[in-house]
Amino acid sequence: MSETLRETALTDEHRALGARLVPFAGWRMPVQYEGIKKEHEAVRTRAGLFDVSHMGEILVEGPQAVGAVDRLVTNDVSKLEVGRALYTVCCNESGYILDDLIVYRLEDEKVLVVCNASNRDKIVAHFARNLSLQTPWHDVSDAWALLALQGPRAVSVLKDLAAPQAVLELPYFHVTRATLAGVELWVARTGYTGEDGFELFCASEDAVTLWRAVLEAGQPHGLQPIGLGARDTLRLEARLMLYGNDINERTHPFEAGLGWVVKLDAGDFIGREALRAIKAAGLQRKLVGFEMTGRGIARQGYPILVGGTRVGEVTSGSPGPTVGRNIGLGYVPLALSKAGTAVGIEIRGKVVDAVVVRTPFYKR
Amino acid sequence: MATYPRDLQYTREHEWARLEGDVIRVGITAYAVEQLGDVTLVDMPVPGEDVQAHERFGDIESVKTVSELFAPVSGEVVDVNAALESSPELVNEGPYEDGWLITIRPSDQGELDGLMDAAKYEEYLGTLDG
Repeated sequence: MSETLRETALTDEHRALGARLVPFAGWRMPVQYEGIKKEHEAVRTRAGLFDVSHMGEILVEGPQAVGAVDRLVTNDVSKLEVGRALYTVCCNESGYILDDLIVYRLEDEKVLVVCNASNRDKIVAHFARNLSLQTPWHDVSDAWALLALQGPRAVSVLKDLAAPQAVLELPYFHVTRATLAGVELWVARTGYTGEDGFELFCASEDAVTLWRAVLEAGQPHGLQPIGLGARDTLRLEARLMLYGNDINERTHPFEAGLGWVVKLDAGDFIGREALRAIKAAGLQRKLVGFEMTGRGIARQGYPILVGGTRVGEVTSGSPGPTVGRNIGLGYVPLALSKAGTAVGIEIRGKVVDAVVVRTPFYKR
Repeated sequence: MATYPRDLQYTREHEWARLEGDVIRVGITAYAVEQLGDVTLVDMPVPGEDVQAHERFGDIESVKTVSELFAPVSGEVVDVNAALESSPELVNEGPYEDGWLITIRPSDQGELDGLMDAAKYEEYLGTLDG
């Protein structure tokens, strides 16, 4: 391996914990520590700690911050109150998805945008092209670390870290400033697992202190470090999107089931006219969930067949450790998108039975 | 690095082979198991099928990925490990014991000599990482 991989502030911690490190979006990241199934179960039943410092963070500031971000994303940021977060996508002029994002209004004039690691350069360039010079903004991805503490016991772990009541009672998709283990940070009640949990944004130089303190406080609660492998199975069971798999620059938000983050009648944003036309034209295909009824595991790129004809393609697929079935997502024509529709997945030349099901596959 | 059982022969694709009377038992190595992670499904031939040395005879899937299985020698499949159908995790728990995959009646036992012994295999693994 000769490519130079970036490392987070916590890579040596992962090494010391015996993680298997793999290249991911240009980063050297832990894919697993103890094993994907055990880590998956730990998050569903107890708690898990993830290093997701590879994610991109952009801070937009000043009196124009809210309006400027609003113009770049499909959801309505103009109504976002201080201390709240929202999920959205960012589209190009044609209405196709550049990335999915979480936008946090940290302060009156300070907005944080979190994007996927794989899209960081693209989104930074997109912001650079489209933000006016009157709007100060910074790519703080390298200066910031991001830890995700997820699972039903996440709140107990923070309690043992003497987190203030405002953190313990922080509502879903809210964000607040706090000090934990002596580290100043932003705490958000957000995540990518389908469980209750928190995301902790701190300075990179504080990441090791925070990581160790959370792991130690979590010990009596069964907290474990969790790799990207389990992060993927957890998010798939909860039907959370993975950019590059389920959505990309050839998909638009309506067919991906993300119409709810497109506010056509709020203020203007890049891609609005195209999305209006796409919506008026109606859906051709739709992202659906399926589970395998035959023996096999669907993987990204496998054809979806009906009556021997290729009708679509799998975008994500894996065993679902909690649901106990092999599950997946894929695009199919609208007429074939109803739950109960029998389809086949072509797995290395063999057609294996599957059925369209309602999603999420797992709900806490 | 783990040491590998001395009574086995190894392939570059990380299968092991052990001569047991007139059949050869086949499985995957601890290295392969570590690379795969939690095994969730093993796709195998049926008894009576012929397999070809260094050609694919099946697939093994973990949560994360799918890998092909290659036959260490040519011959006829005598037996497959039926327990793996309901308990694929046996491969993780004991790749040289209950996690074996198939037995083959070799068409040419001499092919076994073309495989690596444990020392050679360990040396080979040393060239893979880093």
